[in-house]
Amino acid sequence: MLDEMSIELPVTPEAIAKLELGSVVYLNGIVYTAREGVYDKILVKGDQLPAGLTRSSNVNFHCSPAAAPVENGGYHIGGVTATASFRFSKYLSEWLDLTNTKIIIGKGGMPVDDYKNILAPRGAVYLTTVGYGTGALLGRGVEAVEAVHWLDELGIAQAMWMFRVKDFGPFLVDSDLQGNSLFAQQGELVNKKIEGLYDGLKKPALHRYGETDDRKDELM
Amino acid sequence: MISNSIIEQASYEIMKQAAIDIPDDYLNGIKSVAEKESEELSGFVIKTMVSNYEAASGDRRPMCADTGLPRYYVKVGDKAKFDGGFTGIERAMRSATARATRDVPLRPNRVHPLWRTEHNNNVGINSPEVEWSFEPDADWIDITTVHKGGLFGTDYRMLFPGDGVDGIKRFLLDTLISFGKRGLCCQPAIIGVGIGGSKDTCMQLGKQAACLRIVGDRNPDSGIADLELELMDIANGIGMGPMGFVGSSMAVDLHIEVGHTHTGGMPVSVHTFCLSSRRATARINGDGSIEYRTDPRWFTPYHRRETVQWEGA
Ligand code: SF4
Repeated sequence: MLDEMSIELPVTPEAIAKLELGSVVYLNGIVYTAREGVYDKILVKGDQLPAGLTRSSNVNFHCSPAAAPVENGGYHIGGVTATASFRFSKYLSEWLDLTNTKIIIGKGGMPVDDYKNILAPRGAVYLTTVGYGTGALLGRGVEAVEAVHWLDELGIAQAMWMFRVKDFGPFLVDSDLQGNSLFAQQGELVNKKIEGLYDGLKKPALHRYGETDDRKDELM
Repeated sequence: MISNSIIEQASYEIMKQAAIDIPDDYLNGIKSVAEKESEELSGFVIKTMVSNYEAASGDRRPMCADTGLPRYYVKVGDKAKFDGGFTGIERAMRSATARATRDVPLRPNRVHPLWRTEHNNNVGINSPEVEWSFEPDADWIDITTVHKGGLFGTDYRMLFPGDGVDGIKRFLLDTLISFGKRGLCCQPAIIGVGIGGSKDTCMQLGKQAACLRIVGDRNPDSGIADLELELMDIANGIGMGPMGFVGSSMAVDLHIEVGHTHTGGMPVSVHTFCLSSRRATARINGDGSIEYRTDPRWFTPYHRRETVQWEGA
């Protein structure tokens, strides 16, 4: 059985230190969504963070919810699914410094070098969603929309949503404070078998330019 | 006579069903894949997915928040009588898409490719796509919607006759290994392989093979059916499971569709229909009654016809 634990947010350094690769995590408290739209706005255009963000949440979810406004003025959150995180590498060191974020949640993890050079030195870890299509389970964990920022300007997918969550998960711990990565470890195990899969298959008639042909490489 | 408003109602309903309820064939397929999975992490992921489908159906919420690119496949019987012409059907389906986007809700994924502007309702230039097919001796209209997500997991390659089945295997392995890492294509998936046709047909055939045939269905050509099973074993023998973890669960099924092609070439496409394999079909009968199902029954004998004359099924 995999280890399971529940974490209260904002997360403390002690709780982070206890996380081990491959453990299953559920969250309680406030998480915010931010992806390229928000990162560009704050880090490139130089706009201000919403007041109080750094006090209420230190968990950045790479996500675009299926959300729709309802008549009494709130929002109906249907499913909640993460988006692939590797695309956001270039923003992260500045973002973590600015917001003091300690947990990144997303889809598929980030390159192990980012864990070693960006997350771990700042006391931050990465949790991955499971599957990844667990939109309904994660949607269940969202109790309320505390606030939404820049909805008109950035649209539903890119806006910053503040979710109050309860038993929000499951997530798997992908990185720890040493900068190790579960994905990288699993990938190495898978790679051991890959050469052999091509044994006996003849070479293609036409080769291609510009792409890796080392199948141990990741494409991100 | 089938009215535009019946078309609209049926299209709206299948949009909702597709987003929320996982088709039984896929659910059973995933459960049998899970039984063979001996790795703990991969097994945990599949178990979690099964609870996710239950949560989606139980709460009536989308199984995945990325509700993909909603689109339609329409099969019209030769004897079907309907109002408003073909453009009336298309208009009704566009309006159903917008309404479902607001009500379910679906994520308004559709944006202009260059300006990134949107109408917030999944309707726009060339979207939703509508593909048409016809059926002899029938008075019904079948409308299928597919919500396929995934920026990842699809590829195309022009192979040559000399590459043979080895070339197909090599290309399949390349595609699944590259997109299977970290589970970018959200495997275990229904894999569709298109072989032959023109380049665009080849893509279309592979996509339809993934999205419009149910788990357990085999191609009527026994040689192709055998190749389907062989390629599925190759996929599940990579050693990779969900999320790219060590495991044996890559394919829930694998379908091949072929089209006669240029004598000098053998184009091949590979498509993965992800963990949220969302499809739903409505049959609108001649009397206006509607029946819902999850098997699109798209590849009829007429659809796969192979000669000048088609001699009934
Ligand atoms: S590929 Fe994954 S994230 Fe995208 S729709 Fe499918 S299950 Fe959801």
